Amino acid sequence: MDLAFMAETFVKLLEGVPLTLKLAFSSVALGAAIAMLLALMRMSGLAALDWSARGYVFVFRGTPLLVQMFLIYYGLGQFRPTLQELGVWWFFREPYWCAVTALTLNTAAYASEIIRGGLQAVPFAQVEAARACGMSGFLLFRRIVFPIAVRQALPGYGSELILMVKATSLASIITMMEVTGIAHKLISQTFRAVEIFICAGAIYLILNFLVTRAVMALEWWLSPHLRGAPQARPSLQPAHA
Amino acid sequence: MSYFELMGFGPKGWGWPMLMAAGMTVAVASTGFLIGAILGSLIAWAKLSRSFVARAFADGYTTVLRGIPDLLVIYLFYFGGSALLSSIGQLFGGSGGFVSVPAFAVGALAIGVISAAYQAEVFRGAYTALARGEVEAAKSVGMHTLLMFRRIIAPQVLRYAIPGLGNVWQLALKESALISVTGLVELLRQSAIGSGSTYKPFSFYFTAAMLYLVITTVSTWGFQRAEDYSMRGLRRA
Repeated sequence: MDLAFMAETFVKLLEGVPLTLKLAFSSVALGAAIAMLLALMRMSGLAALDWSARGYVFVFRGTPLLVQMFLIYYGLGQFRPTLQELGVWWFFREPYWCAVTALTLNTAAYASEIIRGGLQAVPFAQVEAARACGMSGFLLFRRIVFPIAVRQALPGYGSELILMVKATSLASIITMMEVTGIAHKLISQTFRAVEIFICAGAIYLILNFLVTRAVMALEWWLSPHLRGAPQARPSLQPAHA
Repeated sequence: MSYFELMGFGPKGWGWPMLMAAGMTVAVASTGFLIGAILGSLIAWAKLSRSFVARAFADGYTTVLRGIPDLLVIYLFYFGGSALLSSIGQLFGGSGGFVSVPAFAVGALAIGVISAAYQAEVFRGAYTALARGEVEAAKSVGMHTLLMFRRIIAPQVLRYAIPGLGNVWQLALKESALISVTGLVELLRQSAIGSGSTYKPFSFYFTAAMLYLVITTVSTWGFQRAEDYSMRGLRRA
């Protein structure tokens, strides 16, 4: 094991971290918004909305992410004249936007089921109590249902975040030079697969460790009711003034 | 040429190659899944053992393999394997150039090693769901470890593990798409070949996506059947 080579490799791989994070953050943020929409569609009680959301989730969870990425990046090229006419070709020509689109659509399907689980786990008594106080509609959703649902969905959503950090590596196959892309380039230049694997693996492990810590902190912050009551401070005031 | 002519079974149709490739996808994924089942049960055993070293090793294994991208593991096996083979070749007087490793073996092994990390957790969870009294009863009638494993532990652990194994199988199936980077002609690779020679990438990747959907749907149904069968003797709430 050549430590000098590994240190050099590690520094080179670190250059890919910003792109990895950018891909992960933008797709998770956009995906969460679509996921929320899909979860609400599933729970709307309208058959048309319900079944189209079901179909979406079925298709995106039932096929590999790489196929979805290829379908967008290479596949849409088949309709290039039409897309050029519509003025959206610049978007689908860029591997970055194709990767973000594929990652976003994919995580939206998984996250919508997690969010739906969280929404369904909101105790009905909470809703009843809120109604009794005169809340309804959006106010009830914003103040009562949403915060409780987020708290309950958080553990599942945390694993989805880790899967997304890992999934950004697939963008390297459509030419994006994030951590795995750089690792692949270095391996095919030097053929020192083991050392480069250890360095790249360490980077992903550190990223995922940080993600789990952040989710744990958020969960702690959102569950004050599960923590013990604060210790009552002994009063130092004299009993008689 | 229409889509149905392109994907049909006629003289210019790509129907057969695509179906063969789907077969290859199932073959490499299921071989990997089986390797993962063997490795995974060994790791679950290490996780449940009293030895600190074994537990630490198993925890490290599952943490690392579930925390890094599958693609990196595949690269490690593909390039690392060929480096290993070429150095062995050099030992026997070869030229030391790039020796390509069998893509199927690399793919199945990579899927197996990753799948093992997930299966270990499934098996460990299933073992803890096993009632303590079962093992105690087996010991009290004088069964030794192996007999107890075969008659009491394995059948019941498998019963509780089926739903989790179904999830891991779906993961293995989707991982198999990544094996296309090693050149193994499975569904995704075949689609790339087809779109390269016909300039119809959407038709090919769309067909691949549909075939993956068929495979995942059939396996969901299969695992549900297996679960129903394994639970036939249990009363459920």
